Amino acid sequence: MSHGPAAGIGALASAPPHGVHGDTPYTAVFTGDRRVELDRILSRYPTKQAALLPALWMIQDARGWVSEAAIEEVAVVLALTPAYVKGVLSFYTMYHQHPVGRHFIQVCTTTPCNVCGAEDVVSAMLRHTGCSDLGLTSADGRFTVVEVECLGACGFATPIMINNEFVESVTPESVPRLLSELQ
Amino acid sequence: MGFPHRAHPRETPVLSRYFGDTGARTLDGWRQRGGYEALDMALDTDPQALQAIVKESGLRGRGGAGFPTGLKWSFMKPDGKTHYLCCNADESEPGTFKDREIMRWTPHGLVEGVALAAHAIYAETAYIYIRGEFTEPLARVSAAVEEAYAAGVLGANAMGSGKRVDVHVHRGAGAYICGEETALMNSLEGRRGNPRIKPPFPAVAGLFGMPTTINNVETLATVPYIIKNGAEWYKQFGRRDNPKSVGTKLFSVCGNISRPGNYEVALGFPFKDFLYDLCGGPLPDREIKAVIPGGSSVPILTREEAEGAMMDYEGFVAAGTMLGSGGVIVFDDRQDMVRQIARLARFYAHESCAQCSQCREGTAWTTRILERIRDGEGSVEDFDTLLSIADNMSGKTICVLSDSCATPVVSGLAKFRHEFEAKIVPTRGTVTVAGAVRAAAS
Ligand SMILES: Cc1cc2nc3c(=O)[nH]c(=O)nc-3n(C[C@H](O)[C@H](O)[C@H](O)COP(=O)(O)O)c2cc1C
Ligand code: SF4
Ligand code: FES
Repeated sequence: MSHGPAAGIGALASAPPHGVHGDTPYTAVFTGDRRVELDRILSRYPTKQAALLPALWMIQDARGWVSEAAIEEVAVVLALTPAYVKGVLSFYTMYHQHPVGRHFIQVCTTTPCNVCGAEDVVSAMLRHTGCSDLGLTSADGRFTVVEVECLGACGFATPIMINNEFVESVTPESVPRLLSELQ
Repeated sequence: MGFPHRAHPRETPVLSRYFGDTGARTLDGWRQRGGYEALDMALDTDPQALQAIVKESGLRGRGGAGFPTGLKWSFMKPDGKTHYLCCNADESEPGTFKDREIMRWTPHGLVEGVALAAHAIYAETAYIYIRGEFTEPLARVSAAVEEAYAAGVLGANAMGSGKRVDVHVHRGAGAYICGEETALMNSLEGRRGNPRIKPPFPAVAGLFGMPTTINNVETLATVPYIIKNGAEWYKQFGRRDNPKSVGTKLFSVCGNISRPGNYEVALGFPFKDFLYDLCGGPLPDREIKAVIPGGSSVPILTREEAEGAMMDYEGFVAAGTMLGSGGVIVFDDRQDMVRQIARLARFYAHESCAQCSQCREGTAWTTRILERIRDGEGSVEDFDTLLSIADNMSGKTICVLSDSCATPVVSGLAKFRHEFEAKIVPTRGTVTVAGAVRAAAS
């Protein structure tokens, strides 16, 4: 589910890579087919605000992350303030507020997976991706590795997510092969 | 069935009957297996009659609390207001992965249950809130909803009944707390997923401020079978001497066990047989040390306690724990309980929504102290501090996430105290083995 520990209990590095701040020049996401799709979503709810999570998903699917400029666009189309959108966005761990590697890898290390050796999978991931630490992107921009809380697949330890793809029963031994299939 | 294993002869597959059967995923396939007959019947039945059947069946909520489903539905009256149904598919309680399989294999079974329940509570609109990480269940359920609309099963004239039933899928975005019912409603409304203070209860003012019923995936997927086969049929499953727990229940099993997976048994099944016969017992040359039987939020059992338990709401209470969500987590003799309880505390610290100070601070302190003990830097006084924090975290907050963090700490300290004590290194005086090792390593 979420990655990185709660503030105040020993934060791990999850800072954005240096030099990447903006999303300029910004081109709007909600045009053409995506505007039609958003209108379809809006018709399902009695308030515009209820389309906020779906709208943020559409942004992230299109751009890979949610930039300040994208927050402004969402605020305008849903008649909210950017500060409100940001407040909601930051509550949820799956939205990226800064660019991440092409392959965003989340490894579950919660207790049920932990007792099956999930931490060894994390070590193998770091070693074979060349990421220097959790939350940091590899120098070639290919990978970002984070720990995640229970993915709801505990019987298939260790499950990982690579972007939107679920991979089950990952072991330290299966990591190199798995990574070699990713560009 | 014990997906990914073949069903064990002692299982009672109702919900799991078609797990692994890809043919059951389509609308036609579902119809061929008897699907949508219950919905067809129900749409022509008065909602109050449906509520009565479900009440009579004894079905209790499978999301964790075990609240009687028919009773919950009966709070919804024909008052002319807009009503909503929410299906809770946020499944994120560590150890639990049953709703995922229901949605992956029998998405139409869920859509049918959701549409039926919507009608039964006088609602025209239902939302299925699925956790953001469940990309395959999201795709399967969305495809089923689309197929159902295209076939006229859903929509303005559902199954030709003249009734409107709309079902929408809503994707979460990563937050355990959104499984709490009022947090889920806030999240669906486009807010931060903070639980709401109750009262008002959802039946009075829930989603968008309107009367709302919220049920778990497994609960709703069960309903069509009850409507089709009758309350008496459902009541046959269970212990003769315990009419309070009836029906079948999916248990997810994980951790240090030979055959992890989902198993569906009649409630009241002996836990010892379940662990050793169905799930194959511990891994070779290992012994089971501890079991958490109902998802990470319920008290830990020792092996002896687990082996004596009966698998229903009352049976697990008698054993000193709870049935919860039915997520069975097994620890073998290789595991360090302090380390694993510390990891659980870290989970709750991470997932606290931080509204209540007891929870926000308590989960963080608990984690810090447990990790200190784990690393050999704790003291005996820490045990009392932990218990005192746990006391302050229980029964005092907006939702029970706070209590859930305290639970494994209190039960762990009571049952595995020797493991905690073994981590305490005397700072002066006697030289202990652990101390000597530490000195040699530094
Ligand atoms: C912190 C927390 C997390 C919860 N997570 C879930 C969940 O993921 N799925 C679920 O069905 N119920 C969850 N619940 C229980 C719900 O609040 C609610 O009781 C349940 O959805 C009601 O459905 P039922 O009556 O069918 O069990 C959670 C409760 C709490 C306090
Ligand atoms: S108990 Fe914890 S998770 Fe629940 S509302 Fe309070 S702070 Fe949030
Ligand atoms: S603990 Fe890893 S998927 Fe649940």
